[in-house]
Amino acid sequence: MRQVALTVNGMRHELELEPRELLVYVLRDRLKLTGTNVGCDTSSCGACTVLVDGESVKSCTVLGVQADGAEITTIEGLAANGSLHPVQQAFHDHHALQCGYCTPGMVMAAVSLIEHGEATSEAAIREGLEGNLCRCTGYHNIVAAVQDAAGAMGRAR
Amino acid sequence: MSATTERPRLAVGRIGERLPREDAVPKVTGEFSYASDLSTPGMLWGDTLRSPHAHARVVSIDVTAALGLPGIHGALTHEDVPGKKLYGLEFADQPVLAIDRVRYVGEPVALVVAEHPEQARRALEAIVVEYEPLEPVVDMERALEQEPLHPDRPTMGHGYRDDRRPNVVRHLVIRHGDPDIAGDVVVTGTYELGIQDQAFLGPESGLAIPDGEGGVDIHVATQWLHVDRDQVAPCLDLRPEQVRLHLSGVGGSFGGREDLSMQIHSALLALHTGRPVKMVYDRAESFTGHVHRHPARIRCEHRATRDGRLTSVRMQILLDGGAYASSSTAVASNAASFGLGPYRVDNALIETTAVYTNNPPCGAMRGFGAVQTCFAAEAQMDQLAAELGLDPVELRLLNALEPGDSLPTGQVIEGSLPTREVIRRAAALPVPDQETLPRDPLRLPGGTGNTTTGEGIRRGVGFALGFKNICYSEGFDDFCAARVVLHADGSAVVHSAAAEVGQGVVGVMLQVARTELGTDEVTLAPHTTATVGSAGSTSASRMTWMAAGAVRDACRAALEERERRGGGEVDVERVHRHPRTTPLDPETGQITGERAHVALAVAAMRVVVEVDVELGLTRVVWVGTAQDVGKAVNPLALEGQIEGGTAQGLGLALMEEIVTRNGAIQNASFTDYLIPTALDMPPVEIELVEVPEPDAPYGVKGVGEPPTVVSTAAIVSAMRAATGRPLTRAPVRPDDICL
Amino acid sequence: MEVFRPSTLDEALRLRAEHPQARPIQGGTDVMVELTFGDARPEALLDLSELAELRGFAEEDGLLRLGAGLTYTEAMQTPLASRLPALAEASRTVGSPQIRNRGTIGGNLGTASPAGDALPPLLAERAEVELASARGTRTMPLAEFLLGVKRTALAPGELVTAVRVRPCEGPQTFAKVGQRNAMVIAICSLAVVVDAEAGEVRAAFGSSAVTARCVVVPLAEAAELPERVVEAASPIDDVRATAAYRRHALRVLAARTLERCLRT
Repeated sequence: MRQVALTVNGMRHELELEPRELLVYVLRDRLKLTGTNVGCDTSSCGACTVLVDGESVKSCTVLGVQADGAEITTIEGLAANGSLHPVQQAFHDHHALQCGYCTPGMVMAAVSLIEHGEATSEAAIREGLEGNLCRCTGYHNIVAAVQDAAGAMGRAR
Repeated sequence: MSATTERPRLAVGRIGERLPREDAVPKVTGEFSYASDLSTPGMLWGDTLRSPHAHARVVSIDVTAALGLPGIHGALTHEDVPGKKLYGLEFADQPVLAIDRVRYVGEPVALVVAEHPEQARRALEAIVVEYEPLEPVVDMERALEQEPLHPDRPTMGHGYRDDRRPNVVRHLVIRHGDPDIAGDVVVTGTYELGIQDQAFLGPESGLAIPDGEGGVDIHVATQWLHVDRDQVAPCLDLRPEQVRLHLSGVGGSFGGREDLSMQIHSALLALHTGRPVKMVYDRAESFTGHVHRHPARIRCEHRATRDGRLTSVRMQILLDGGAYASSSTAVASNAASFGLGPYRVDNALIETTAVYTNNPPCGAMRGFGAVQTCFAAEAQMDQLAAELGLDPVELRLLNALEPGDSLPTGQVIEGSLPTREVIRRAAALPVPDQETLPRDPLRLPGGTGNTTTGEGIRRGVGFALGFKNICYSEGFDDFCAARVVLHADGSAVVHSAAAEVGQGVVGVMLQVARTELGTDEVTLAPHTTATVGSAGSTSASRMTWMAAGAVRDACRAALEERERRGGGEVDVERVHRHPRTTPLDPETGQITGERAHVALAVAAMRVVVEVDVELGLTRVVWVGTAQDVGKAVNPLALEGQIEGGTAQGLGLALMEEIVTRNGAIQNASFTDYLIPTALDMPPVEIELVEVPEPDAPYGVKGVGEPPTVVSTAAIVSAMRAATGRPLTRAPVRPDDICL
Repeated sequence: MEVFRPSTLDEALRLRAEHPQARPIQGGTDVMVELTFGDARPEALLDLSELAELRGFAEEDGLLRLGAGLTYTEAMQTPLASRLPALAEASRTVGSPQIRNRGTIGGNLGTASPAGDALPPLLAERAEVELASARGTRTMPLAEFLLGVKRTALAPGELVTAVRVRPCEGPQTFAKVGQRNAMVIAICSLAVVVDAEAGEVRAAFGSSAVTARCVVVPLAEAAELPERVVEAASPIDDVRATAAYRRHALRVLAARTLERCLRT
């Protein structure tokens, strides 16, 4: 067991972790943040995407102990003061989800993309979301939502 | 694509309005609870030992060593199944746990239950199973001559043709008119499709909780709670009311959750230990944990007059059902019934055979038999147009099936079927101009791989037309219950077991209730078998129709009841049934009553592709489609269904195939089973054609399947136009284009 | 399973010597898949992601030293992307943004998959691998480092610490074939470097032999390149593609990438 300190959505957690535990299971099983989903075993689907120190990563490729000292943002950490994050609002408004299983990872990838200033066009958004598989929507409304959110966030700045 | 910056108006939420999802907020915030998120104090973890053999005799199973491991609370085999040892969606031919024989790689053999998933995994490794491998049946043609895998023929005696060849699940012959009649021109072809996986993003998961009185509550992601219950209870030797199924969040289904996965297994473990037991499949296990789309081999001969009228069509359709029946009999019927496509053909001979093999079991997937035959029939229509020198769209208009015409089963089309309108609307969508070079490689075939700067690129435009049935067919007693509680304060609660799998039936039911009750104070109770009757399956593009009908009927009855009582609280349950169907004649394949299918929906699609003909790589540039939807309940959600359904057809056209070797899946991961990414899917332009279905509530039709039926055919049609190659197999492999 | 998390290279090398069974990892994008999908249960991991010595890149007298911890995302950014454009193009095809943020060049070398996307551009640039152990540091050509499918010349106690490249001035590019337009493992890949100074064209390919492999052709005989690449390849049929297709695609890629380089 290893003593680890993680800051997740602004809250500091000190945890005793098995070295083998992946960050995604630390989030889901230990911290009960089950919004981050697991869709594959091969780091392909992107459902487990979170931000680690501001970068989007698939939390199935990171050991919990490797995240010691890191700042992590999950889907649960986006909405502030009871109002949806602009990306969440745009996914809601544009019907950019159906079953919703990919949605948390997709939203986190989109947040990272917009915050890095890379959501500049339809093509750039599609490229930025290449690592997030969606089986329901055909991506059309997801791309529209991210375009909308990028605009909204740009205006907000 | 149109940059949408305008927010949809938040409306009251009646029928016909563009509305965001009812569950959008919990889904975008991560609060929505999927089956994989379930947990409860004292919960144990179950795991499944699966067969490594496609076909073997099970000589012995020894769980002793597993039971001695730390944290283990039990290890079960077929001997521990207290009730019926076999189950099945339509025919009980599949062992809950293997008895004396395994018939596919991945077949469940034993179960373990432990404190921790890792302990369970280690316990599986400690179970000793002695197998005596047998020759596997892996070729669907040869299966008809090999040793029968189910000598007791479980699907026979159910009103199907009595075919004595080995391994026949169903053999259906539809003879219509005089199939020998001549034509001026004849085109023939043989088409093949590989195995497609539903690849829903949320792998199978469930939690079984013993109720302390011998019964069990099972929380699971499924498509039909009551049919699960009715399969689970007999195997547990319990009465149906002792087994309660509750819907947990479903991460997509697409047919893959019609059959049981861990429902019986988790319940067995929960009842054995007296503790809650959770089971979660990983992606690899998911690939063996559910049925797939049937691979097919289809031989066609189309005859037509010089001016393009179809005179006769012959089709021979072979479907590999894999190790167990699942819904193969119905898939076979659909393949045959819709094999010709939405065309008027007075003479036809359609022969469909679904077989048992030792390949992965196949059953329901979006499109359900019609996908495979649409691919073949539309390739034939393109070939015929080329042979006759006719425009492919004109050829389709000329032969379009319309109300008043009959299906090859003899069923006269009485409902809505605006085939010509759908063709015209899709064909009228303007295709985009060719983009100039140089271009970002993302906008070229090969995408991020940077394989071309324009070399080898050919553009092609394709067109296809497809249709299928709405609701269950062939005499199935298909119904849907809904219960409405009207409170004295005017608010209402709707109870329904209709499974929300992402398609949006929750929204549909609320829209109906708000419309009927004239109030926005409507909520939906949890989906369960405990408080309301069966809703039937979220399948066959039926749930919008059936749930809308049931909720409407229950609402109206509740209002009447309140009126009669002069107020107060009322609680009313109603069952909605669509028009009755009857079986097909087992010898002729003709209808035995007015209809074998309830209603039909048609879609046309126009596609632009660019193919790198030297590397065999494809970019789908644009998709335009027109679809017959009856009445759009929520156009926003409906368009989402069309876009998503199109993406799945694109996957089958270009990349999706479960590859097997001697029955074993070789690519059970998202690394090697590829599904389309955001860079593979183009924007989709959509025309909704609304001609109300007379028999349906509000005129609705299901919309989920037609886009998947037609898109594979339309995309490969465009690829043929680009390459000049026959491309008779889906998915199209790069080899098929450039070698 | 134990996870060692050294904070200096010296400490890492000491742990490496003491725990030869510990699997070195950087971003973990390969190893975690083995853990979860392959059910691998290594006794220990040696996590190198905290080592400042392995981060980033440096240049001295025209020699670039890419730290083993250089991420693909970093390799895609300027100024590195303009010095090693084929590596940048190859990095662009690795997984997805999330994977490129974690995955490293050093990890690609350590895994030594025939499909490793960074390997062809580095081979075509005649890169050398820097290997360190408690005994000292040595370098060897990348071509000699790659021995077989996931097999390298890494000696006991050694870690990959860097890749050294002297970028050649001529044009270069990379292309990769997959059956999907993004996020896909290479069916085959190819990097081409036109080295006018040395008077040669070098092409290195991936996913078509037990290791990524490099072919060199005199500039005057550049037209021979596609054929020479195909001769050097020994692809197999697998679930991703046929050997025949791989040969064909390599020929096409070699011709196209060469043409792209020569026309610039």
